[in-house]
Amino acid sequence: MMDKPWSNRAWFFVIPVLVVVLFSSLLPMMTVVNYSVQDTMGQNHFFWNGAAWFQNLLDPTTDIGGRFASALVRNLIFSFVVLMIELPLGIAVAICIPRHGWKVGATLVLIALPLLIPWTVVGTIWEIFARQDIGLLGAALNGIGVHYNDTQDPTSAWATIVMMDVWHWTGMIALLSYAGLKAIPDAFYQAARIDGASRWSVFRNIELPKLQKVLVIAVLLRFMESFMIYTEPSVVTGGGPGEATSFLSLDLVKIALGQVDLGNAAAMSIVYYLITLTICWIFFTIMTQLDQRKGA
Amino acid sequence: MAWMAWTWATAGFFGVILLLLIIMTLLAIFRPETPRRGVLGFPTTRGDRLFVSLIGSAIIFVVWIRVSGADNLWYPTGIALLYAAAMFRFA
Repeated sequence: MMDKPWSNRAWFFVIPVLVVVLFSSLLPMMTVVNYSVQDTMGQNHFFWNGAAWFQNLLDPTTDIGGRFASALVRNLIFSFVVLMIELPLGIAVAICIPRHGWKVGATLVLIALPLLIPWTVVGTIWEIFARQDIGLLGAALNGIGVHYNDTQDPTSAWATIVMMDVWHWTGMIALLSYAGLKAIPDAFYQAARIDGASRWSVFRNIELPKLQKVLVIAVLLRFMESFMIYTEPSVVTGGGPGEATSFLSLDLVKIALGQVDLGNAAAMSIVYYLITLTICWIFFTIMTQLDQRKGA
Repeated sequence: MAWMAWTWATAGFFGVILLLLIIMTLLAIFRPETPRRGVLGFPTTRGDRLFVSLIGSAIIFVVWIRVSGADNLWYPTGIALLYAAAMFRFA
């Protein structure tokens, strides 16, 4: 079939990366699996514990199981809420971004600013912003008579976390959508103008279908990041008040590092990882299928 | 290696995964294949079917432990093997 000599030896250049990955993620992950079936009294001395940690974790009547179930539900609600706000908002912002002239650069830089801020700093900004004594948002809201206290009132805490996430990440969806919009050839718009299409039907029949691929990527990135969110809520609310904003990662860190409960934390990590991996794979399959159908 | 707290069961688990990966690599070299479209509705290769089998088996175990506890794990093992066989045959 092919007369050219065929050599795969370039693959050997991948070996250094594999070694790094082995030590940075593969061995730690194997260790987590090992911890998940054993119990320890410290001193690096382990006892076989079978699937008891998993049984504990998956049974909502136990302490850990209840925490895991409620953190999972909270996390799914959080991801759903931020996606429902960020996705339409991001698309709307992208449509409003100018297409020509110096305003393009200025707008894009402004929109990208929140993305460039380290996550702990985002948390600190919002922690101060939301304070009722000196924070602009907290003090102003209480000043006009709205009861707002993100350290004591769960609704305020949720509102703060959701607003923070929207502020932090809508820019990314806007930038992705903008790139998608720029890729639509002018001919489509010209044809729509000739047909006398309304602004809405241009959006509905040209822009939205053309954005499909970009939006799947945006949903994947935003879902994954919000499902694994740790830094910002940990700085702003620390999972409180009570357990109100204690998402999966926050709870996991509390169990693993706060209580040094290795078995429970390991079992939780594995089930958490399984959920993330499954959802990621579903998105990946959808994405590649869209690609192939377009290529065909 | 002591810090990794190995057990025979987990070593066996990862050993089987490694063995599967080696077999898949050898098959890919000596018996190249083309993707086929099965019950999942999109083209799959052997590697895809292995991945779907493994991740599905993990979900079967999680659901089993959630519903009826971890006392007898031979049932979910059997279900997972049947599921994997079905995936390799029909996916």
